[in-house]
Amino acid sequence: MKVTDLRALVLGDAQADRVVPPTGFTARLTLFASGAMAFLAVFAMALSMASGRLATRWSEELARSATVRISAPDDQMAAQTDLTLRLLRQTPGVQSARAFTDEEQAALLLPWFGPDLPIDTLPVPRLIEVIETAEGFDAAGLRLRLQAEVPGAVLDDHTRWRRPLVVAADRLRLLGWISILLIGGAMAAMITLAANSALAANRQVIEVLRLVGAQDGYIARAFVRRFTLRGLIGAAAGVAAGLLGIFFLPSVSDEGGFLTGLGFSGAGWLWPLVIPPLAAVVACLATGFAARRTLRSLS
Amino acid sequence: MIELEQVGYSYGGAELFGDVSLQLAPGSFHFLTGPSGAGKTTFLRLLYGALSPTSGRVRIFDTDLAALDRDGLARMRRRIGVVHQDCQFLDHLPLIDNLALPLTVSGRDVAAEADNLAELMHWVGLSSRAEALPPELSGGERQRAALARAIIMSPDVIIADEPTGNVDWDMSQRLLQLLIELNRMGKTVVMASHDLALIRATKSKIQARVLRISKRRLTTAGADL
Repeated sequence: MKVTDLRALVLGDAQADRVVPPTGFTARLTLFASGAMAFLAVFAMALSMASGRLATRWSEELARSATVRISAPDDQMAAQTDLTLRLLRQTPGVQSARAFTDEEQAALLLPWFGPDLPIDTLPVPRLIEVIETAEGFDAAGLRLRLQAEVPGAVLDDHTRWRRPLVVAADRLRLLGWISILLIGGAMAAMITLAANSALAANRQVIEVLRLVGAQDGYIARAFVRRFTLRGLIGAAAGVAAGLLGIFFLPSVSDEGGFLTGLGFSGAGWLWPLVIPPLAAVVACLATGFAARRTLRSLS
Repeated sequence: MIELEQVGYSYGGAELFGDVSLQLAPGSFHFLTGPSGAGKTTFLRLLYGALSPTSGRVRIFDTDLAALDRDGLARMRRRIGVVHQDCQFLDHLPLIDNLALPLTVSGRDVAAEADNLAELMHWVGLSSRAEALPPELSGGERQRAALARAIIMSPDVIIADEPTGNVDWDMSQRLLQLLIELNRMGKTVVMASHDLALIRATKSKIQARVLRISKRRLTTAGADL
């Protein structure tokens, strides 16, 4: 597209805008398609951003902590715990190590056993919370030392269950962005079909315009501008509806888990505002493609 | 001005006409006649570049049509006014906007041409119909409107394809008179018509050449008309 064509497309021409009949089902189809796609895109974007936040949180919160679990007879528990703590404090990459108190362990088990069960009568392992330095420790080496010196101690660095969760969240984020791309593609396809239909329905208009000396660029612009504006307006309405839907979702709570975290936070609320201009660009390119093809075929 | 050099045109493998050579001088008046299906409309479309010949060359305003791209053809078409028998308009626009279409598509300021438009509408007798939509016009009004649209850009050549085909004798005379006036202003006029009585009546008023397409050949008609 030439610069002059682009300028004419953006600035418009009131007289030129009138040569294409203003109504018809293609107008409604374009508005509906762009509105519906923008609505879906807002949710895909919210899903993607929420997944991103979740992946980051899981990575950051769990990456620097580990747990040592000591299972030993009652009379050896205190000694093994002390030995483990001493060993941990000597280990490079360990910032701090602390044994959970009986009350803390009881609180952890409370959701499963209730408040009335006498936990102190059960052979509950002792838990030690390990906080790593930024550099981290050598988990394999520490495991070997624990195995040799404290047979009842087992190191759990959370990797086993943290990694799949982070990977799943990352994948979910990727799927969100792929969904947005697919939504854009589907919208382009629908607008191309609508534009093709409009061009076919307005074949007489094209013939008349050619008869009076209209160049292809002029004819294409008349259609492209019309469809671009429809795409922009439809997408703006779809985004507004989508944002309202997200806004009125229940607020974030631990009980709701991931679902109530679906949405935007802070400046993230501005991201959906890029959807209408992008929809307009998609509509512009799709209609331009359809118009050029139709005009070539009518030569 | 318009020159055909050994032009032939085939459609679907069948030759509509072939080896046609012709020169249309500036300010001349030509009738094109022939039986239905002989190729009159096709011949006219070759003259304004809506069709490309399958052989030979068409030169318009000293430019070989084959050398023009679509935009070049569009610019060239602004110098040729075309009136079709079926008078196509944009039905959603009022007549005044339809007549101004050639100005609009060529980027001219329509408001600045308002006086010319009003004068033109008066000349073709449609001043009172400026705001009417094309489907509201009668056959004769549509033909006159098509003629007005064809000449709004003050073209050098006017090509009319059966402009009197759908109107009564009086309206035919009136339309023809408008074409004669344009020819007297120096415009080259090419008009296709199967109405020999009309052609005979007109030949007594102006010097016109009558071209006849028949049996795939273009000939100049003389006393046998």
